Amino acid sequence: MSVELDVFVGNTTIMDEEVYQLWLDGYTVNDAVKVRMEGGVMDECEASKDVLLSDTMDQYRTFQMCERLLHSPAKLANQLLFQIPPHRQIMLIERYYAFDDTFVREVLGKKLSKGTKKDLDDISTKTSVTLKSCRRQFDNFKRVFKVVEELKGPLVENIRQHFLLSDKLARDYAAIVFFANNRFETGKRKLQYLSFQDFAFCAGQLISNWTVGAVDNMVEDMDVDLDKEFLQELKELKILITDKDLLDQHKSLVCTALRGKTKVFIEMEGSFKNLSRGLINIAAKLTNTKDVRDFFIDLVEKFIEPCRSDRWSAADMKLYLTHYTNSAHILDTFKHQVVWDRYMGVVKSCIFKMYHD
Amino acid sequence: MPGKLKAKIVAGRHLPVMDRASDLTDAFVEVKFGNTTFKTDVCPKSLNPQWNSEWFKFEVDDEDLQDEPLQITVLDHDTYSANDAIGKVYIDIDPLLYSEAASVISGWFPIYDTIHGIRGEINVIVKVELFNDLNRFRQSSCGVKFFCTTCIPQCYRATLVHGFVEELVVNEDPEYQWIDRIRTPRASNEARQRLISLMSGELQRKIGLKVLEMGGNAVVGYLQCFDLEGESGLVVRAIGTACTLDKLSSGSAPNTNTHMHPNTAPASNACNSPSKDGKEPVFVEDLPSSSGPPTPFRALPTSSSPPPFSPSKPCSRQSSSSDTDLSLTPKTGMGSGGSAGKEAGPLRTLLRQQTQTALEQREFPFFTLTSFPPGFLLHVGGVVSARSVKLLDRIHNPDEPETRDAWWEEIRQEIKSHARALGCHAVVGYSESTSICEEVCILSASGTAAILNPRYMREGCLDIGCTDHRFEEPSPPNCGFCHIPYDELNMPFPAQLTYCYHCRRQKVPDVLFTTIDLPSEAAVAGKGCLIQARLCRLKKKAQGEANATAISNLLPFMEYELHTQLMNKLKLRSMNALFGLHIQISVGENMLLGLASATGVYLTALPAPGGIQIAGKTPGDLSSEHISSIQKRINDTIAVNKELYQINPPELAEEGVGSPIPEPRHRSRLFRSHSESSDELSELDLSHGKKDAFVLEIDDTDAVEDIHSLLIDAPPPTGFYSCNTENMPGISNWTSGVQMFTSVRVLRLSNANLTNQGLNKIFTDLCENLLKSFYFKLRSMIPCCLCHLNFTVAVPEEELIQVTVTAVAMTYDKEQTQEKTAEKPVNKGSLEAEEQLQFPLELCADSSSSNIQTASKISVSLFTPAAKLCQNQLLIARSAGVGESTNMSPRAASVDYGSFADRCSTWLELLRLKAHTIRRGSVKTSRRTQSLAHSVSSLERCSPLQEGRSRSLRSSRSFGGSSVTVVKMTPLSFLPGTRIIKYLGIINMFFIRETTSLREEGGVSGFLHSFIAEVFAMVRAHVAALGGNAVVSYSMKECVFMENPNKNQAQCLINVSGDAVICISETDQESSASTANTGQTGGSETDGAT
Repeated sequence: MSVELDVFVGNTTIMDEEVYQLWLDGYTVNDAVKVRMEGGVMDECEASKDVLLSDTMDQYRTFQMCERLLHSPAKLANQLLFQIPPHRQIMLIERYYAFDDTFVREVLGKKLSKGTKKDLDDISTKTSVTLKSCRRQFDNFKRVFKVVEELKGPLVENIRQHFLLSDKLARDYAAIVFFANNRFETGKRKLQYLSFQDFAFCAGQLISNWTVGAVDNMVEDMDVDLDKEFLQELKELKILITDKDLLDQHKSLVCTALRGKTKVFIEMEGSFKNLSRGLINIAAKLTNTKDVRDFFIDLVEKFIEPCRSDRWSAADMKLYLTHYTNSAHILDTFKHQVVWDRYMGVVKSCIFKMYHD
Repeated sequence: MPGKLKAKIVAGRHLPVMDRASDLTDAFVEVKFGNTTFKTDVCPKSLNPQWNSEWFKFEVDDEDLQDEPLQITVLDHDTYSANDAIGKVYIDIDPLLYSEAASVISGWFPIYDTIHGIRGEINVIVKVELFNDLNRFRQSSCGVKFFCTTCIPQCYRATLVHGFVEELVVNEDPEYQWIDRIRTPRASNEARQRLISLMSGELQRKIGLKVLEMGGNAVVGYLQCFDLEGESGLVVRAIGTACTLDKLSSGSAPNTNTHMHPNTAPASNACNSPSKDGKEPVFVEDLPSSSGPPTPFRALPTSSSPPPFSPSKPCSRQSSSSDTDLSLTPKTGMGSGGSAGKEAGPLRTLLRQQTQTALEQREFPFFTLTSFPPGFLLHVGGVVSARSVKLLDRIHNPDEPETRDAWWEEIRQEIKSHARALGCHAVVGYSESTSICEEVCILSASGTAAILNPRYMREGCLDIGCTDHRFEEPSPPNCGFCHIPYDELNMPFPAQLTYCYHCRRQKVPDVLFTTIDLPSEAAVAGKGCLIQARLCRLKKKAQGEANATAISNLLPFMEYELHTQLMNKLKLRSMNALFGLHIQISVGENMLLGLASATGVYLTALPAPGGIQIAGKTPGDLSSEHISSIQKRINDTIAVNKELYQINPPELAEEGVGSPIPEPRHRSRLFRSHSESSDELSELDLSHGKKDAFVLEIDDTDAVEDIHSLLIDAPPPTGFYSCNTENMPGISNWTSGVQMFTSVRVLRLSNANLTNQGLNKIFTDLCENLLKSFYFKLRSMIPCCLCHLNFTVAVPEEELIQVTVTAVAMTYDKEQTQEKTAEKPVNKGSLEAEEQLQFPLELCADSSSSNIQTASKISVSLFTPAAKLCQNQLLIARSAGVGESTNMSPRAASVDYGSFADRCSTWLELLRLKAHTIRRGSVKTSRRTQSLAHSVSSLERCSPLQEGRSRSLRSSRSFGGSSVTVVKMTPLSFLPGTRIIKYLGIINMFFIRETTSLREEGGVSGFLHSFIAEVFAMVRAHVAALGGNAVVSYSMKECVFMENPNKNQAQCLINVSGDAVICISETDQESSASTANTGQTGGSETDGAT
């Protein structure tokens, strides 16, 4: 005796958020039933294991049928097959496109290609996110990437409109797309301490300040590609380290401002030239795609690590960078104030974000 | 040319990719009606084509308009090879053929392919221009309205109820060609879909003609079924109740709060019924010349207890089937006592005779309705049913379906004679069904024998408002229908009678079984619950007549056992009446399945049920310890159930009873009549003899099993109730959460040597587990009630059992479940209260003072529901007046009409306005008919209510910004919290889905899951295109599933029906009494279910 067929279809599609999450997390039906049993849902309605199994299967089937629609969320609102109240639709989409920070951290900056997809089982083992869930997340990244690649207009807005995501999630996806497009290196051991949210913040800074879209908001890829002209202009900043007068002048201005305000003044004074060279060399090299990829690792190696070894506190570092940036304005012979601000504004906030344990 | 059909193809969306190379589609559309076809241009390389075609015009007969569907085929253009079909849309244009329904069909329809399912959507606009045709010989019946609803539809009143209409059409099933592999499965499926669509169109037209002949304009309780007889053909048959309906414009107002059926405590009242909107429909005597269906037989006008059979009848039977022509007539007469006692005055007798004649002149005094206006049903006799086993053979001449007609004729005659044996002249809650396995077919019919109020039978009573209720003092409304209709001294079967526990004047039976809904005025204690009896019987595989005989022989035993089970379970729940009883017997190759479902309830008019006693065959046969432990379990269960269903019948003052019946205990008995042939009635008393109380004997292990199985039925978890009727006894204050669902489960029996007992257990578990699954899935809706649980069983293959369930879960407000219901109408604003009270009020005011005296007399000694009912009515009447004056207050009148006018931009708003006029009219009527005095000026002041309503509807419509209209579906005739303002026409759809890649589609479950979802989607789309937002009286009448997993194939047929309606939220009406400035009440329209 066996149940050959068992379906339950509601006029309003019934979806249990808990089961949806289990499905998204890649649990098999049997595992999901186990989890649900442990969760105590059985006591709620005097249910038995069979009831739970039947319910889980039904829901899994429903989700599988919905998955096609979730690939283009706009369809979910005007499809006729499932009658889903709007607030449930929003929940379905938001959860479907949600991702695990540990997983995204692994693929951030990697090419969203078949090759990467093949490595997903390694990532799955490493992050203990199920392979099924990894695939879903990876495919989501790829799908969003593909769609926005060909669109004009602001990146975050495009993602939000096409995938009906919340602002927060849309920003995260923008970061992922931005990183994938520019292939920023994030996997190095020295960068391991940074979370996805750190990178997402930095990506937001880069998108809103360094891309083409920051100056012109009606071109393709405007938020994905860095502003080439700007990168060229960055070379001009080299004068700050190549011109010895300027360098000294800059140093003395910063030191004057900092004196007495920090416990690590001596170390700041001592490492000023190194740090300044580091930052400006990063700027000057950004015309090279290769060096763009190393942007974050450079920041860590050239600035964050030296500061940390000198035991600067976050406040020290903020103070230093603020004065470092502002003092350049007082330098008479330094003419590239606009570029400097555009560059330092982003670097400063990136470093603020990245300066932690 | 009596009609011009116009169709315009606007656009498509979400089309499938038909050209792999470009990932695009070059779509065009063929629009076909009858033999005329038009094509749109090809819209190249687009998955969202915009055709914006011209208007395609078809000039056709209205006969064709009724029969034919509009066929829309979407194709992919291919320059070099044949064009590929993407899918089809069939649009039934019937709703456009009567003026009051939809005026245009416009919207997105899913494009459906029988192999691939839904493939995108297409936007279509359809209109019909009808020319008046005065041809007397016309074959069309345009304008006759059809309703699936089994009560008088809201927003209509019945001026006349003409009676029973039936028709069937037969044809060859194109499917056999599919078996022959003559064409592709797709072509075969489409031929079948189209044929059935045509046949149901034709059937509807023919029934419409009969209705016109009778002088009616509508069919209520329309029930259409398919018999897939396989090789021998395809039968589409329908029954219904012909009525003359008036749109409520001058009549009383529509029922505004059907979701508030009371039936709760005895305190609940008659003013809130599910069908009160229908006001008193009047049954008139049909003129013999126009009565009945055009069959050659006509019932004799005089009554005689054996059914008047036409002598020519047996000749029309097929000889092959006559041998096995064994009809069984189980009759569950748990009758009631109308004619008993003192009330039989000469006037009454006269009236009764009059009624009797009026109905008997009709061939079949049957009514497919299940709920009636208060006071309509006088007495209910009990369930009458008939079954007949037939052998199918090929239908030779589809145009003359005599055989099938004769079969049904026979069964109906039997039903009629059973009703007469119960002293009744009519059958209400009537339905017919079949079960087919290979060439054997079981035809079943059942209904409830009843006596209808003679007041409705007289001619010239059309002016319902001023019918003289004082003509005769009717039996108290809340117990009258329980009184036995048959003669106490000449009872059709031995039954245990007592004096009615309410009025103490007339006799009632100890138990009452009916197929109808609980009358709204009935006084009940506690809540109702679903009661099911389930049974499996193995039978030997056999062919032809031997098989039919075997089945015939099994049927009486099955019926007997089902009834025993029902009775035991009823007692176990401490209840004494069943409503909505539906017994289905399904035949398979090697077994028969029986499933009886009903809603049990405690009627306070009937005696309290006795307990169940367990007894050994002989003392010491089984250890008495064992017996007493079982006895204890049973007693405990009864006690628990009493608590669970809150059955606390009012305590009876002993001196009031004065029962002449000596037995102190109440017995229950099962009676059945078993007629060997339909012509002679021999009755068989299969009751449990003369035992005190209900005694179960444990004489073998089977009996022990039986008792165990009795106790298996788990009560629903806390917060859940269930019933299979329209309204849940004891719950009336529904909130807006509604979740309709369909569930299908198929069980494969792997064990080859199963016993009957084993099978019973499996079948019972299957049903119980289904219920448990529902409770679990719907737990987020608690407190909630599963209403209209409709179980259908089938044996699709030798070792498969299929159970299909459709039901609706509705949330209710736990806080005010019981006591408050009586006061509820007061809060509802004056109009409603007034309208609903029309009948009961008059009862109080006009009926002879003896009525009130009686009532109050009783209320001195005991607080009977009858007394309380009267008081409540008076109370409400008073407050209704108060409510009216609230409306007249300046505050209400000060609403700005400017903003209202601004809003009247869309058709929906215009509809609101229409509804408004209706309501105004209703105010007028109720004023005229009631003795309550109102100033005329109040009439105009009603508008502010309207304003509020339209505003709230607007907000709910735009809720969420979704482009898809939310369409609610329910098997009930109402949606809680809403009022139906317009019926847009009947939805009757038939779909076939087939797959040759079963595994890829997720196996049988995945396949059926998506198919059912698709069917829902297509129903919703059609309703939305008609401009509606809900389907009421929805039912899935057929769900035939066949699979062949080895070949990776499966096929499924689904037939659904219902009434498309526009309903509006009532929330603003409720609050309008307190403030005219109703706020935005958006969101109330969305399904509360998750």
